[in-house]
Amino acid sequence: MSLFNIFNISGSAMTAQAQRLNVVASNLANVDSATGPDGKPYRAKQVVFETTPMGGEGGAGVKVSSVVEDASPLKMQYDPKNPMANEQGYVAMPNVNPVDEMVNMISASRSYQNNVEVLNTSKSLLAKTLGIGQ
Amino acid sequence: MSSRIDDALRLNQTALNLRAARQELIASNIANADTPSFKARDIDFASALKEVMAGNAPKLAMDSTASAHLSGAGDNATVMGVPVKYRIAAQPSADGNTVDMDVERGQFADNALRYEASVKFIGEDIKAILSAIQG
Repeated sequence: MSLFNIFNISGSAMTAQAQRLNVVASNLANVDSATGPDGKPYRAKQVVFETTPMGGEGGAGVKVSSVVEDASPLKMQYDPKNPMANEQGYVAMPNVNPVDEMVNMISASRSYQNNVEVLNTSKSLLAKTLGIGQ
Repeated sequence: MSSRIDDALRLNQTALNLRAARQELIASNIANADTPSFKARDIDFASALKEVMAGNAPKLAMDSTASAHLSGAGDNATVMGVPVKYRIAAQPSADGNTVDMDVERGQFADNALRYEASVKFIGEDIKAILSAIQG
């Protein structure tokens, strides 16, 4: 039944938005990580959303198809005393833009809220449907 | 006799099924509000109900027996045999997504209310039939 399928659809969207929020948290946490496990500075990550068929009649859920790394140049910070500094005294810092990340975070949390509301509405509609004839 | 009761409830039952299907479509639109190049879809409820009630709707929709099957949701996607249409975005976004959250939220609330109305109508129909039976 269609209304039950909304739980799957909104659920998939909530999972996807939560994953986006996760990536934002990781980006913000690593805004100053000049070196990672591979010895290179952290690069900002972004999720890529993709529509996925869900249920028989035109239902479309969301999934995270991949997590991509931001290819934009790293921020070069002048800090000659840093052991990571190159010959010119510059340290390569992550290309995380905190403003972008904050905007991304708000957008993700709003989308999440929207889907929670859709879920709640569907739940109450189903409950009302159960009451038919009583 | 049972067919008469069936007939009495058929309109609202069909309307309820269409409302539920439309609710699912709008939920899909809201879920995909951030998916690049997703196109918002909807059905024209009034003409859809007319078509289904008249029995004009083509009944040869593709059957999907597993959740992994593609719904065939291309240009000729149907809901209960009624063609699904694409919304025309007032302000298309750069990533090709045509979901307008204000429109979708409004339509979702509207559809939910009308669904509840249909539920009420069916309840009243059943009450009327019961009182006819019991006197």
